[in-house]
Amino acid sequence: MDLILDGIKKAFWLLITFDPDVMGITLLSLQISGTATLVSLLIGISTGTAIALSQFPGKRFIVSLVNTGMGLPPVVVGLFVTIFLWRSGPLGFLGILYTPTAMILAQTVIATPIVMGISLAAIQHLPPKLKLQILALGATRLQMVWILIKEAKLPLLAGVMAGFGGVISEVGASIMVGGNIKGYSRVLTTATVMETSRGNFDIAIALGIILLLLAYFINLILTQIQQRERSR
Amino acid sequence: MKKYSFIWLICLPFIIPFLLIPAGAQQKNIILATTTSTQDSGLLDVLIPIFEKKTGYFVKTIAVGSGQAMAMGQKGEADVLLVHSPDAEKKFIAEGHGINRRLIMHNDYIIVGPSNDPSKIKGLKSSSEAFKKISSEKTLFMSRGDNSGTNSKEKAIWKIAGINPEGEKWYQQTGLGMGQTLNVAAEKKGYTLTDRGTYLALKKNLGLDILVAGDAILLNIYHVIEVNPNKWPKVNAAGAKAFADFMVSREAQEVIKTFGVDKFGSPLFFPDAGKKEEELGK
Amino acid sequence: MNQSITILEAKNLKVKRGGATLLNIPSLSIEKGEILALIGPNGAGKTTFLQTLSYLLKPFQGEIFFRGKKVETNISVLEYRRKLAMVFQEPLLFDTTVFNNVASGLKIRGMKRKEIADRVMEQLERFGISHLSRRSAKTLSGGEAQRASLARAFALQPEILLLDEPFASLDPPTHESLIEDLEHILYRTRTTTIFATHDRLEALSLSDRVAVMNHGMIQQMGPPEEVMNYPATEFVASFVGVETILPGKVIKRNGGSFIASVEGKEIEAVGEAHLGETVLLCIRPENVTLSTQPHREATSARNLFVGRILKIVPLGPYQKAHLDCGFPLVAYVTTHSLEELSLNEGKEVRASFKATAIHVVRKGAG
Repeated sequence: MDLILDGIKKAFWLLITFDPDVMGITLLSLQISGTATLVSLLIGISTGTAIALSQFPGKRFIVSLVNTGMGLPPVVVGLFVTIFLWRSGPLGFLGILYTPTAMILAQTVIATPIVMGISLAAIQHLPPKLKLQILALGATRLQMVWILIKEAKLPLLAGVMAGFGGVISEVGASIMVGGNIKGYSRVLTTATVMETSRGNFDIAIALGIILLLLAYFINLILTQIQQRERSR
Repeated sequence: MKKYSFIWLICLPFIIPFLLIPAGAQQKNIILATTTSTQDSGLLDVLIPIFEKKTGYFVKTIAVGSGQAMAMGQKGEADVLLVHSPDAEKKFIAEGHGINRRLIMHNDYIIVGPSNDPSKIKGLKSSSEAFKKISSEKTLFMSRGDNSGTNSKEKAIWKIAGINPEGEKWYQQTGLGMGQTLNVAAEKKGYTLTDRGTYLALKKNLGLDILVAGDAILLNIYHVIEVNPNKWPKVNAAGAKAFADFMVSREAQEVIKTFGVDKFGSPLFFPDAGKKEEELGK
Repeated sequence: MNQSITILEAKNLKVKRGGATLLNIPSLSIEKGEILALIGPNGAGKTTFLQTLSYLLKPFQGEIFFRGKKVETNISVLEYRRKLAMVFQEPLLFDTTVFNNVASGLKIRGMKRKEIADRVMEQLERFGISHLSRRSAKTLSGGEAQRASLARAFALQPEILLLDEPFASLDPPTHESLIEDLEHILYRTRTTTIFATHDRLEALSLSDRVAVMNHGMIQQMGPPEEVMNYPATEFVASFVGVETILPGKVIKRNGGSFIASVEGKEIEAVGEAHLGETVLLCIRPENVTLSTQPHREATSARNLFVGRILKIVPLGPYQKAHLDCGFPLVAYVTTHSLEELSLNEGKEVRASFKATAIHVVRKGAG
């Protein structure tokens, strides 16, 4: 009990004094996961919308693949990204293993199917005639897609949050491809694992609290969106 | 229109960091594959900034077990290794994967366990005797089980004791690093073999006592090995050499000598640069 | 303005899906300012027709000409579509304010803000929803939403307006007031309109021409009175509201009229038919009069039958009486006369209708 209390006390001290190490790790987490989410948004929303709006043989199979991808285990992603990025691997020439870029890559792979799946569902849930109505209003194909995306913005925003929540709290892939290098690729989750194993429970708890706060805010926004959606 | 701008507001914090992430200069990077014990003790957090400041290299420390560190070296995925698994290291060198194996430092392994010591091993001089007692009493023993240097050492001791603990109910493998394995052992009130450095670093929270120490076999010796650049042209040979040279330098050796004294009252590692392996522990 | 200009022309339109022909229109031309009603049951192909005309449904065979220019060849699909406006059965409003919804088509065309605002306000006023301008579209009632949807279409000042049963899912009072408003607006704007409906009264009140559709084809097309009084086929007859359709065998001809035997009763009708031929006699319920007095000769109705009231169905200001005169017959009675004659189910009445009120459909004629 003492350990937990001391840990929490120290954790809050680290938080309110803006401990540079803790802040640096938090900022890096936000940068890496934020960038990965942004990239996955670009890929996920465009591809998800394209799949939702087009008819082609094997569409059902593709949709099931995307849905499976939504639950892609991060460590598996980490393993494959690592293998690809090895100096001897197919993408070894890039020389980005154990860099934040590699972490962004892995997290993008994790988040993209989540964003894609939610986009797909969101666009498919729009009334099918809406597409015709937009075209009938004289929209070009591009304008139509853009309007549809705007119509589905609330569920899409939920997709953004789910994607971001998924990658910021992910540890397996980050530690494998990032290497948990101090001040460089050490993020909230990998630092928590390491500080725990070092016995620095206070810092670990501080990092854990920050992660919890982030998760809390993400859920808060999500809930707000859902409430707004329901109140209409 | 006002409504849509809030989407951009949400995207903004994602866009900015994209511009901030630095692209590391390739030839200035060194991948150091090392053991969890060097990272968990905090020694590298002191040494590496000194080295980086001096040379301008950027060291990417990948803390894994000695086994995995050498596996990385074997594939050319690391430039330099700091490991503590002498038998495996010799094989590594013999097979041509590494060059310039140099002694850096040592500390020792200890057998730790709950203070009530259910198997009554406290004070035993021989580690294999202690292992025998643990096995005959069937008290819980936590093994790393990860082919790390510590794990290899532990297996070697079981071999001497003539016991195969694999599959026994009282013998559990964590598959985790040293720090975490110590935490598990403390939680489950089991014995384990640990390096002294990690133990001292974690001691305050553990409630585990040193029960057996000082046996010659319990020496824990760290070497630095440069990965063979002839085998893997992509390896940063110059950086690896610079790091290895730094580790045996006076400056680094001095840091190692005093590291941990202020915090634990005794050093965690003993600098050994220039010595011979056989001289240690005598 | 008397000079008629063909604004839209369709030739050999065909839509097939999985071997079935959903639409087959050999030719259709619409004149500027004309209001054409497409009437037919669900699945008749009205929606398919409208969506094909607006190039929303592809692929299809055939050609569409807008003011003589062939769409795709002489005028691009987008350019053509921007001459049209379409309103669907569902309002299909966007998740934004009413104002932005009505403005959406104009925004798509990249129009200037000021002009958009003017046009939107004009339409909001016209459809009586100015007060809803800042409201979120999701909070509107069905009628309000459909008004917004119509305003969105009219804001485009389309050359052709396509309406796909826009009132079908509204409750009767809302429905009526909206039709009334639309009638006024169409009268004022003289917008060329094609609208689909399955309500013949709607068609009667709004259109210059009616096209009755079934199985993807136009069964009959003409001015509404013509189509409703002289249905060309059994289907048209049953659909446009001729409630009684009796098959009868011609047993006697008498120069311009004939007597047909229906279930053993003799009915006189005006029209051409061969002896022994089986014809359909269409009797519209409003042409049947009921009385309770036994001998009232002061009527020119040639057909007089005694029957029993089986069922009375109230239909607002009038009631529909189902009779059994040896053959089934349906008559409309005003609620007033229903009370005056104290009609009720089971009562014996005299039903009469003129021979000239019977529309004769010769089988196989369509």
